[in-house]
Amino acid sequence: MLSEYGFIAALGIIAFIFPFVGVAAAWLLRPKRPDPIKNSAYECGVETIGDTWVQFRAQYYLFALIFVIFDIEAIFLFPFAVAFKEVGLFAVVEAFLFIMILILGLVYAWKKGALEWQ
Amino acid sequence: MAIVFIVIASITVLMAIGTVTARNLFHAALFLVGAFFGVAALYATLDAGFLAAAQIIIYIGAIATLIIFAIMLSRSMMGREAGALNRQWIYAAIGASLLFVALAALVLTTTFNTTLLPVPDNVIYQIGAGFVGTYVIPFEVASILLVAALVGAIMLARERHR
Amino acid sequence: MDLSQLDLRNLGLLFNQLLTSFGVPPAVVPIIGSLLGALLLLIFALTLVLGLVWFERKIAARIQDRFGPNRVGPFGLLQTIADALKLLTKEDITPTNADRVTYNLAPALAVFHVIMALAVIPFANNVIGANINVGVMYIIAFGSIGSMAALMAGWSSNNKYALLGGFRVVAQLLSYEIPLGLAMMIPVLAAGTMNMNELAEAQYRYAGFGWYIFVMPTAFFIFLVATLAEGERAPFDLLEAESEIVAGFNIEYSGMKFAWFFLAFFLNSWVLAAIATTVFLGGWQGPFVDQIPALGVIYFLTKTLVVFWLLAWIRATFPRLRIDQMMSYCWKFLVPLALVLFMVTAVVLKLNLPHPLEGIVLLAANVVLLLGAWWLLGREQRKQIGASKRAFTPEIPRL
Repeated sequence: MLSEYGFIAALGIIAFIFPFVGVAAAWLLRPKRPDPIKNSAYECGVETIGDTWVQFRAQYYLFALIFVIFDIEAIFLFPFAVAFKEVGLFAVVEAFLFIMILILGLVYAWKKGALEWQ
Repeated sequence: MAIVFIVIASITVLMAIGTVTARNLFHAALFLVGAFFGVAALYATLDAGFLAAAQIIIYIGAIATLIIFAIMLSRSMMGREAGALNRQWIYAAIGASLLFVALAALVLTTTFNTTLLPVPDNVIYQIGAGFVGTYVIPFEVASILLVAALVGAIMLARERHR
Repeated sequence: MDLSQLDLRNLGLLFNQLLTSFGVPPAVVPIIGSLLGALLLLIFALTLVLGLVWFERKIAARIQDRFGPNRVGPFGLLQTIADALKLLTKEDITPTNADRVTYNLAPALAVFHVIMALAVIPFANNVIGANINVGVMYIIAFGSIGSMAALMAGWSSNNKYALLGGFRVVAQLLSYEIPLGLAMMIPVLAAGTMNMNELAEAQYRYAGFGWYIFVMPTAFFIFLVATLAEGERAPFDLLEAESEIVAGFNIEYSGMKFAWFFLAFFLNSWVLAAIATTVFLGGWQGPFVDQIPALGVIYFLTKTLVVFWLLAWIRATFPRLRIDQMMSYCWKFLVPLALVLFMVTAVVLKLNLPHPLEGIVLLAANVVLLLGAWWLLGREQRKQIGASKRAFTPEIPRL
């Protein structure tokens, strides 16, 4: 099993270097005529006014947080799913308890309007 | 095998140093992602595939994204932050060095009860069986903890709107 | 040698023996083998994308009652090569004040995360890059790295619209990872392993046509919708909508860097289709695959192409969803459905019924759940339409 990770490492190195090789090839082949108008930020042909700053709403953060919670829940459920065949009935009840508590959390978030995207 | 460990560990340490010394907060977050990657690679060298995948999924996929969102929520994105040092840096350096010496002494003088058992093939089955067997209380408490975190965050975030 | 001896599993061993016979020290042999295998996978992926882009453009064209690429090469097959050459020679316009390192890193990371996912896809029985025990989690892990790449691309371009597009993409990608993971967990329940090769192998158990799509179609439906969202394809391609936010987080990318995003997009769709094939359609399973292992590759590629065709068909057919519709659909419909389906599947599997009966009960439960969920959704929709109608209907004064 350990030797399998060697392939992943090899693929990781190759897959990471390859895009840079491609960009380098393009660098050799393409025209280079930087121009202050070309290099300015694209805003449908209009000039940018003010700093680059967008109203970052708390909604994005809330969605990321709900995602963290459910991601961790999924991680907990994966080993349970693998061990499912050989564990007894009581174990299944325990796992259901786990899922129900988290469904409760989801319902709370739903009712409190945390899942709305305004 | 030692070479692999040295390479991965040094990359992780470099990324960690980058996290604390980067001028731009976003770069610091990206260095943190690199450090997480290094830790996942270390888990993989120990044949702990589940932990390595969980590390990437949770730390890089969820927590690093959350950190970046939190950074963007509280500051202007493209700004260059002021230097990482302020006027009290010498006291912080002394404190950190003392902590480092203490931890190093602790680690070097303890004999850890390590065994050289190979990781069993059905390790994920054993983790799963453990979750609903021996360690069922922490399993359930974890779910309650997660819901508590969710409720707390929603209350904090919605308060501003009400 | 007859065809049954063409066991692809032995090719690796033969190659290692060849290398040792050349005098390469035995410690280095697996490293060279891995590197060569990785290179092979990369070349396969790149050639595949050339065909995929053509395929998708032809499908979209035919559905829209036009021809699609048919000038460059026979049937337009060389069109993608022409496009790639064009992008290779375009000027790379880096915006001023863009963060150099992140700006260049983002397309590399996008390509990286897609190619890494190829390592755990079984092309035939045991013909897999890395036969690790946590294959399913590995895939989810590299999916989550993709969202990081989009975030980096949006942030580093120093452009309001790219940043906004980046946030929305990440919100979408993150949200739909949960149904994706949960939908993949249900076959893991049935098979008892997260190893991709064993998942493909376990699907013969319901006597021949025991592919998981037939016994758990709801899980496949959830997985398909999550695939569309994770691949940023229609109807979830809000970020690409030209009229919306002007190409989202890759506004400021041109030339080869844009080509990498483009490649990552198509390859991602194919990889997700390949995962769907492995987990739900039996992967390399098919008639006579035990006697002639090489047939597994053909079955796998055919099935993946069918799923990819399905994705392209959906893209050309459905209108776009708004982002709030997308998020509601994920968190209020797919996640509860997936969790409930997980519990129901666990109950049915624990009953330990004899095999044909178990499959039928599972199928019935899936269908009931899906129809029930759709009915609930319909009721909710009618309520909402009623509410919005009341909001807009002017009060007619009673005379």
